[in-house]
Amino acid sequence: MIDWAWVGDHLDDLAWRILQHFTLAAIAVGLGFAVSLALSIWVLRRPRLRAAVVTASGVLYTIPSLALFAALVPVTGLSLVTAEVPLVLYTLLIFMRNILAGLDAVPPDVLEAADAMGYSSGTRLALVELPLALPLVIGGIRLASVSTIGLVTVSGILGDRFGGLGFFIFEGYRHTFMTEILFGALPSIALAIAVDVALVAVQRRLTPWAAQQVPEGMRPAAAS
Amino acid sequence: MNVITDTLAWLTDANHWTGPAGIPTRLAEHLALSAVSIAVAIALAIPIGIYIGHTGRYARLVVNSANLWRALPSLALIGIVLPFTSAIDPQLGFKVYPTLVAMVVLAVPPVLVNTQAGIAGVDRDLVEAARAMGMRERQVVRQVELPLALPALVAGIRSGAVQVVATATLGAIFGSGGLGRYLVEGVAQRDDGMTWSGVVLVAALALSVEGGFVVLQRVMKK
Repeated sequence: MIDWAWVGDHLDDLAWRILQHFTLAAIAVGLGFAVSLALSIWVLRRPRLRAAVVTASGVLYTIPSLALFAALVPVTGLSLVTAEVPLVLYTLLIFMRNILAGLDAVPPDVLEAADAMGYSSGTRLALVELPLALPLVIGGIRLASVSTIGLVTVSGILGDRFGGLGFFIFEGYRHTFMTEILFGALPSIALAIAVDVALVAVQRRLTPWAAQQVPEGMRPAAAS
Repeated sequence: MNVITDTLAWLTDANHWTGPAGIPTRLAEHLALSAVSIAVAIALAIPIGIYIGHTGRYARLVVNSANLWRALPSLALIGIVLPFTSAIDPQLGFKVYPTLVAMVVLAVPPVLVNTQAGIAGVDRDLVEAARAMGMRERQVVRQVELPLALPALVAGIRSGAVQVVATATLGAIFGSGGLGRYLVEGVAQRDDGMTWSGVVLVAALALSVEGGFVVLQRVMKK
């Protein structure tokens, strides 16, 4: 069923699509994290705003990815912006949930102690609250990375210049060529697993005191 | 903006409301695919969830693998299934079955995990009391555990259903019809009116499924 000769001839393409896939995902996770961190800190002590922002990110998460990728085409064309905006938007819910849950879990005694030591609210956030929230924050980075790597394939709808490994799935389907479909699908899953394993190692090293498991309820299903 | 008038023109064009590529047909395809796969997922996941929730057997194994399963990317999953289904049936196995299989596979974990958690979360004292009253295991499940676990079951079906509607959209890439067709064709032909109409229709469907479950859950709470 698999045309191994074709596979052998296309290993160069595979390498560059993996690189593209990784880059598209990394930009989205990086930007998404920065935006989510800023948003989380902004809404942390503003309950109404917080509810509104979390609800909005939940609504975005509900919209199927294909629709979000298509939505920007009339505005920004078949461009990198069109590919990245949906990927970033999908990370917001995951990141905000985890960052806010991590910050919420900081014990009040610790906050009082920091206040008593004369920390300003900014210093307290940077030196006390964020480090304590780190295990959940890293858990969020893992979830967002795996989910984003899955979604990058869908950006193949924007044409041959995008999609990462998804390019092979789209092209393989157009040519009714099963080898090429699998050539995109299997490595894209392997890439997600590899990145997750790497992040677990980072997590162990950075927060050896924390339990490895992300608590139940912090695990939304991957967007599709 | 031009796109908005294009979209309104597209959506109000009577031609787009009839025939095999019309909105009612595409919506029906989308709903049919979604309904079949969520029904199959429920039929598979709820009995297993009840069993492991009630007995506690294999609970960790099943829940951990279901959580891993949940991270499976849908498009790649359709791609993996496709060579197998199209080997069995070159017609439907190339167009419809891959998406259908992927939808079921993706809808099982949330329903399963929530059912298990709901059943296992029922107060053990209540279960013991029911047994002490002389109820059989089957009655304990039906009359005590299931009613109490119902909100959790609905929550699981809700996330499964949202997932399924989204995956049905992706199916349009592989020729399984549905509202996603307008996205695929609109982008390919650079028909902005069609693209945005697709976005509006797909988003409206996904949000109304989610909204419908929110309402259902509120009603159940009362």
